[in-house]
Amino acid sequence: MRQNRLPQLALALLLLFLLAFPSLFPAPFLLRTMILILLWSVLGLAWNVIGGYAGQVSFGHAIFFGLGAYTSTLLLNNWGISPWLGMLAGALVAVIVSAIIGRPSFRLAGHYFAIATIAAGEIFAVLFRNLKWAGGAVGLYLPIVRGDRLVDFQFNESKAMYYYIVLGMLVATALVTYWIERSRMGYYLKAIREDPDAARSLGINVTRYKLYAIVISAAIAAMAGTFYAQFVLYVSPKTVFPLALSIQMALVAILGGTGTLAGPIIGAAVLIPMAEYTRVYLAGRAGGLHLVVYGLLIVLISIYQPGGLMALLRSWRQRRAQRKLAQQAPVAAPEGGVGDGSL
Amino acid sequence: MALFEVNGLTKTFGGLAANRDITMHVEAGEILGLIGPNGAGKTTFFNCVTGFYPPTAGSIRFQGRDITGWPPERVCQVGIARTFQIVRVLKDLTVLENVMIGAFLRHPRVPDARRKALDVLALTRLADRQGQIARNLTIAGKKRLELARALATEPTLLFLDEAMAGLNPSEIHAAVSIVRRLREEGITIVMVEHVMKVVMPLADRIVVLDSGQIIADDVPEKIAANERVIEAYLGERYRAAH
Repeated sequence: MRQNRLPQLALALLLLFLLAFPSLFPAPFLLRTMILILLWSVLGLAWNVIGGYAGQVSFGHAIFFGLGAYTSTLLLNNWGISPWLGMLAGALVAVIVSAIIGRPSFRLAGHYFAIATIAAGEIFAVLFRNLKWAGGAVGLYLPIVRGDRLVDFQFNESKAMYYYIVLGMLVATALVTYWIERSRMGYYLKAIREDPDAARSLGINVTRYKLYAIVISAAIAAMAGTFYAQFVLYVSPKTVFPLALSIQMALVAILGGTGTLAGPIIGAAVLIPMAEYTRVYLAGRAGGLHLVVYGLLIVLISIYQPGGLMALLRSWRQRRAQRKLAQQAPVAAPEGGVGDGSL
Repeated sequence: MALFEVNGLTKTFGGLAANRDITMHVEAGEILGLIGPNGAGKTTFFNCVTGFYPPTAGSIRFQGRDITGWPPERVCQVGIARTFQIVRVLKDLTVLENVMIGAFLRHPRVPDARRKALDVLALTRLADRQGQIARNLTIAGKKRLELARALATEPTLLFLDEAMAGLNPSEIHAAVSIVRRLREEGITIVMVEHVMKVVMPLADRIVVLDSGQIIADDVPEKIAANERVIEAYLGERYRAAH
């Protein structure tokens, strides 16, 4: 039972550290990197609901991110509607669009679903490049609002508020994921991932649960999109709808470990600093290098560690536990039975 | 009125009729054996009546309700569960989780589903394996887990597709006693089975399929003596032995 207290303590310390981070490290580059890590944790967790738990690998999640960014920005620019309301509106738009995309695509099995999401993503990129009222290919600039008030969702003096907002979003997303994992829905999504036919034979309406998953996933990704728009104060098809963005969402989750709560967060914490540093230090000489690194990572993970960093962590912990057991009782060898997988 | 009625069921794949004009019924509380040579259409029949294949023609009624063409999940929801010929346990989940996923159908809350799953695991004598990852079970264990999972949906009617295939004699013995126990609990069972020593004493009635058609529907003793059945399926050796 002593083991159970340790993760809780670690979690409390981590939260404390995260809360104190802007005061401890006020340097803009660090804070910006941290904000991006948290943002990508949210996106990785969002992707994880449909791509991880339900096993429906999507390479089109930029659609929802972009819709969130555009919806709040258009509402703000044209009617002066608060980005906070815009965030909810963006989530609603993403929910509707995800259901429309999901409904027919879910009939496609495995790889074909992934391909369909790539196609859908490209459609949205092209669509927004050609929508005059949405700024076309040039995109939209958000009006600068002075005063750094929370209601305006814009902070120009210090980025710390952005940090706390995205941290709050991450905590909320983690709680949603935790709830899914512990509820009937989580079990159903895992059943669907492992064997859709077996799931149906057990009375599970597979299409409905996949829809629930993609709708939740899309809503969270859209809210992250609104945050991003408010953070960079600029939205364009090139920045919020590219395929690379969709791939990065998937990669964050896959690298860390799909179908787990901590996986996407760990994935973001590893991948995003790497991406930022390669971007900064290699930008002039090799523009697309981080994409090469991504490709390489995907290959390496799928060959050596399909369970992601979480699986690595788990096997390391199991080995350690076994070693400890062996030390305590050198004669009686452990049964070698598989543990109940409790974390 | 019978619990389950099939009328003129036909299923064709392209030009091939895997099931041709099948008319049969299942009485509440009975154990019905479904036998026939490989390719006779037994699994196709299971897939049709559990919603996995839409029938080409004919109707399926359960408790007086027409369920023809219903999707598998709805068929399960009204009380018909099945196992698969080739086991389809959820390999990466634990034994308990597998069964809980079945139990959620009638018990949406996690603690209730867990309780129900533990009951079923005790009944199917898998309780000591509940923490094991399903992929690590033996074939007998997997078959029993699939049965447990189906039972957790609390079916009225249970379709077992070769639940005993590939088991050794002591495992078969255990499985047979579980099936008997299920009947005592009031569950009606239709079982596809190749192991004659199992199905003959266990079944109240046997339906024989050959080339997609029913060639006999009778009590086991009569089936064993039926010329057409011996010719199509049981073979000369079986006659010699009885």
